[in-house]
Amino acid sequence: MSQHVNPVEPFLRMERMPHIWCPGCGIGTVVNCFVRALLKTQVDIDKVSVVSGIGCTGRIAGYFRADSFHTTHGRSIPFATGLKMANPELSVWNFSGDGDLIAIGGNHFIHAARRNADLKVVCVNNFTYGMTGGQVAPTAPLHSLATTAPYGAFERPFNLPFLADSSGAVYVARWTTFHVRQLVKSMEEIMHKPGFCFIEVIAPCPTAYLRRNRLGDGLEAMRHYKQSSKVVHGADTRSVDIELGGPIVVGKFVDRDRPTTLEAMRDELHKSLGDKYVPYPTGVQR
Amino acid sequence: MATAGRDGEGAPPRRRLRGEVFIHRERCKGCAFCVEFCPSQALALDKAFNRKGYHPPVVVKAEACNGCDLCGMYCPDFAIHGVRVGAGVDDEG
Ligand SMILES: Cc1ncc(C[n+]2csc(CCOP(=O)(O)OP(=O)(O)O)c2C)c(N)n1
Ligand code: SF4
Ligand code: SF4
Ligand code: SF4
Repeated sequence: MSQHVNPVEPFLRMERMPHIWCPGCGIGTVVNCFVRALLKTQVDIDKVSVVSGIGCTGRIAGYFRADSFHTTHGRSIPFATGLKMANPELSVWNFSGDGDLIAIGGNHFIHAARRNADLKVVCVNNFTYGMTGGQVAPTAPLHSLATTAPYGAFERPFNLPFLADSSGAVYVARWTTFHVRQLVKSMEEIMHKPGFCFIEVIAPCPTAYLRRNRLGDGLEAMRHYKQSSKVVHGADTRSVDIELGGPIVVGKFVDRDRPTTLEAMRDELHKSLGDKYVPYPTGVQR
Repeated sequence: MATAGRDGEGAPPRRRLRGEVFIHRERCKGCAFCVEFCPSQALALDKAFNRKGYHPPVVVKAEACNGCDLCGMYCPDFAIHGVRVGAGVDDEG
């Protein structure tokens, strides 16, 4: 490959560029980090699948040159769960916005974590519904403004690492789009880790969130992430709530092991049925 | 005692990492992430516009670039990236 070619190009459907993302939007930065992690782990791209729901973040699946699937709104996890069950050798990556994953898709999220579905889930959290113009999201900080909360959000937001942790995820990390090296490292770590792995990436949405909340542009948000983030590996996830304009605790919070859905199912059926049980797909261990 | 370098006494002097940065002007949307977070201050936004009406980055200190590719990791529009030049360099800088 020529040095002049941006390293993401072989991984993207360049015929679909330019992408739709606004100037200073953080979604492209997350794509860069994912490509760096793929390059560093040298994983076979034919064994990687990228799934998204609907939203600006959801566009990632459409742009990615891999076996990718752009599902309906909120349904990326059920699709990904089936894909992984039928093709256990695939590394299945799910990229979603906070609305897609946690509002309309919230039930799928908690149950996939509870069952320890073997999925890698990356949530680009920009605290709003970017694609539809900035409605209040279940992650919207208290008092933040949204088209559907013109006087300020008054419902307590979800703390995503705590939600993932308490639902049973085996890996939970949070970074911002300022923490590119750390994000690449987390993505590398989960590339081959079995089970439900979750990374929250706090990202700027200048168009629908920052401007309405007078938080400046993408660059100003990035400066805020740099100045106000505190790395606390192993932090108690109950303590990592985010307040409007406040500090952001980042780091790797959870890294543990427990049987995946498929492993648990096989163990259980083998115990009950003995040799009568023939695992499907045959010959694949997880 | 003589001050030992970071590599300790007797070790060869650390070679400064050298790099090269590649810019795709027409893809840029002028967010300035690359300029702000380049650890070598090798970049600045151009005064001129690209065809889309944004100010893309230009290299102002080519010799300072260490090829760390932080600009490449930040750029949301895939418009810039850095590479190391020279052999035997470790990329964990
Ligand atoms: C069933 C259904 N309901 C609502 C919508 C409208 N809709 C499209 S994207 C979206 C939310 C996007 O927000 P988020 O998931 O946070 O992603 P972002 O755009 O911020 O990346 C909504 C409500 C839809 N497409 N389908
Ligand atoms: S609306 Fe927000 S999330 Fe969507 S592309 Fe623009 S900045 Fe990004
Ligand atoms: S490669 Fe690193 S040093 Fe070179 S311009 Fe990019 S950020 Fe700056
Ligand atoms: S990070 Fe990319 S889009 Fe932003 S100013 Fe630099 S080259 Fe342009």
